[in-house]
Amino acid sequence: MVTAFEVWKLLEEVTDPEVPVLSVVDLGIVRDVKIENQEIVVTITPTYSGCPAMNTIEDDIKNCLKIIAPVKVQTLLSPAWTTDWMSEAGKQKLKAYGIAPPVEGGTGMFEQPQVSCPRCESQNTKMLAQFGSTACKALYQCQDCFEPFDYFKCHR
Amino acid sequence: MKTDLLNFTLHLADTHLILGQRLGEWCGHNFVLEQDIAMSNIALDLFGQSRSLYQYAAELQGEGKTEDDLAFLRGERQYKNLLLVEQKNGDFAHTLTRQFFYDVFHLLQCEELLKSSDERLRAIAEKSVKEVRYHLTWSSEWVIRLGDGTSESHARMQKAADSLWMWTGEMCTNAPYEEALIKASIAPDNTKFKAQWTAKVQEIFNEATLKVPMTDNQQSGGKSGVHSENLGFILAEMQILQRTYPGLSW
Repeated sequence: MVTAFEVWKLLEEVTDPEVPVLSVVDLGIVRDVKIENQEIVVTITPTYSGCPAMNTIEDDIKNCLKIIAPVKVQTLLSPAWTTDWMSEAGKQKLKAYGIAPPVEGGTGMFEQPQVSCPRCESQNTKMLAQFGSTACKALYQCQDCFEPFDYFKCHR
Repeated sequence: MKTDLLNFTLHLADTHLILGQRLGEWCGHNFVLEQDIAMSNIALDLFGQSRSLYQYAAELQGEGKTEDDLAFLRGERQYKNLLLVEQKNGDFAHTLTRQFFYDVFHLLQCEELLKSSDERLRAIAEKSVKEVRYHLTWSSEWVIRLGDGTSESHARMQKAADSLWMWTGEMCTNAPYEEALIKASIAPDNTKFKAQWTAKVQEIFNEATLKVPMTDNQQSGGKSGVHSENLGFILAEMQILQRTYPGLSW
């Protein structure tokens, strides 16, 4: 029978359909893996309440694991997902992909966190919009290289 | 008590669903793409929150119904959403002001639900509260930007606030099904939010150079299923597919 450790390894191959460089493990949405009565039980937590990728992610996890053993995916709301659970490797992958990883601070009105441009590293960046192409991102622009880019919002 | 909890859960779910539906009407019609996306994203968060609540409601009901049955196959008088959220979008100022009035309340309610003695409602609130905080930051900024903007934007914001005011009082009232839940520490006592809600609105309106309307004339009834004429039209548009082709799925 497969072990929980091996399942975790396999889950590193299941990626977020919206941000395909990140695995579900990098994102921190896999909360638990158990082997119960020859069945794999994976517990996941949604990033945002309305994230439309969650159903796809659940299907992808089942498709990845069903060749080994029967799979059950259950959703847990509490404790609520936070970007603090994103792995360091995940943050590096995001940046290499052109999405600025989450940084702390600047959450009040008319404030913005100090986000570095994922292309030229400049700190001279400007928030264009609090919301972006997906629920987890905001839209920024670098004021030095003028490249617009997505910022993965700090969610905590 | 179980029926009360079901009604309360439906009230929360309906409020989020109807407000999300209203915001969704802006999709592709907003004055600037970034704010079109903002409203769609806020709508998406609200739909997500309503889904969690409808799933819980379906379990409480125990009749084998799904979240979709509850959203798409209930009639107008069965909906328990706040009257405020079913009001027409109007112009951007009107939609924004409606959103701001609700966001202020929604955050107070969510923070209080974090202490609910009902584990499931607590978990949903824990999931929602960070999203709601973000919504309030967005709507507060825009109230200030437009209220303290040009004479035209200021006038439109004031007009929106004045015409929406009579729908705001209902938020800080309790429906009969909430009374027992308040005693059991499941639901918050909405009347206790009144002072904080007013203070927050006053704070942002001061910065936005807007006047808080003073009229005491307030409408209520949505929480008990007695709605303004708007809800029937919203449901007609939202439910037509499931009513015409029952069981239809993607």
